[in-house]
Amino acid sequence: MSQLKPLSAIARAGDLMFRETPSQTAGPYVHIGLALSVAGLPQRDMEIWNQLATEEAEGERIALVGTVIDGNGDVVRDIFVEAWQANARGEYCDEYSPTNAFNGFGRAAPDVLSDGEWSFDTIKPGCVKDSRGQWMAPHVALSLFARGINLALHTRLYFEDEAQANASCPVLNAVESPQRRQTMIARRDGERHGVPCYRLDIRLQGEGETVFFDF
Amino acid sequence: MSFDPSRRFVERNRRWHPPAFAPDYKTSVARSPRQSLVSLQHPTATELRGPTFSRADLGPHDNDLLLNYREGTPQDGLPIGERIIIFGRVVDQFAKPVPHTLVEMWQANAGGRYRHKKDQYLAPLDPNFGGVGRTLTDEQGWYRFRTIRPGPYPWPNGVNHWRPAHIHVSIMGPSLSTRLITQLYFEGDPLIPRCPIVQTLNDREAVESLTARLDLERSRPMDALAYRFDIVTRGEFQTFFESQG
Repeated sequence: MSQLKPLSAIARAGDLMFRETPSQTAGPYVHIGLALSVAGLPQRDMEIWNQLATEEAEGERIALVGTVIDGNGDVVRDIFVEAWQANARGEYCDEYSPTNAFNGFGRAAPDVLSDGEWSFDTIKPGCVKDSRGQWMAPHVALSLFARGINLALHTRLYFEDEAQANASCPVLNAVESPQRRQTMIARRDGERHGVPCYRLDIRLQGEGETVFFDF
Repeated sequence: MSFDPSRRFVERNRRWHPPAFAPDYKTSVARSPRQSLVSLQHPTATELRGPTFSRADLGPHDNDLLLNYREGTPQDGLPIGERIIIFGRVVDQFAKPVPHTLVEMWQANAGGRYRHKKDQYLAPLDPNFGGVGRTLTDEQGWYRFRTIRPGPYPWPNGVNHWRPAHIHVSIMGPSLSTRLITQLYFEGDPLIPRCPIVQTLNDREAVESLTARLDLERSRPMDALAYRFDIVTRGEFQTFFESQG
């Protein structure tokens, strides 16, 4: 077996647990595997993509858009983003199905020849309580994978029109610098396809660097 | 699926994983945060839950890269290269199988060429090879793919850098906390110790754990060699006490 030692071979207490498989970058061609249309590959019958909600989904339809910017100020055109969010009632729905009106999970990547913007069609999530019973502000968890990113970066997208909920969100408040909390707050940016659009430009490094979480 | 609010995962060892800033891998220099990660002392349902795909309707040959590119078309044919089976088990750090979890993979063809708009390498595409697969682990955490062994390819990092033969592997696991993308390498490949992406790992054992082993016994005689690649996701346990406070 490649990593699983027999129990008899475990000598030190520190070895009583297996070690997690180490991460590696998703590389420049992540699209072949996880975003087929962007790579130019034919679609399979079911693809996990950036439309989380259909017309039938309960809740307020919204669009989320943004770019990811590197330490030089350049747009990361080969970024791959995953979104995970609660439904309009603040419940996580684990069972992904192409027939669901709403799936809490989606994926996006800018077209390789475009301006580098990713987008999701979704609904505005409801509030979820944290593990100690405090209400968190509505948010969407975003995970970033790309060439040059050795281990996924996790952040959250919050909404600027939820100022009151944001101010009391225990996770936002876990960020010591109030200024840095702002890096997770998406701004209203007009409409897209007739629905309100929120924009979050994520900065990987340097001035205005986005908050990334460890959990 | 029921969710236990006291669910916890073993802390991720970020010294075992590659660091964000690994300057020999040049792209990481401008794509690594300078600020510290903000630790969530009390992960929430957002981090402790995640999507499951048992109802997602994967296609019957989604894990068979020998068949899944041009299958059923008039040009139908087999790809060129070493026919191999990649298989293994997904378990957590406590050796508990991770059943029904989504395992996805992608790779270059036998010549090291990716079927991607942006890959300009002069090695040709294989008309019968796409390079993408996905499957769910079974009840005991086993998964398998059938494919062609990928070739190494050059990349613009150093002046003469070549990636070892590798397959990109993506694992969902039971939550957002276990989500992982990695790369599988092949036993005995002399490019492994020369690769700056592999060498983002500081621990030799970490590299070993990404190296698939030839498993001759599970090979199919006169058909395909087999390589075993086990995957370990973060250990899941329940806390005994929800709060000390």
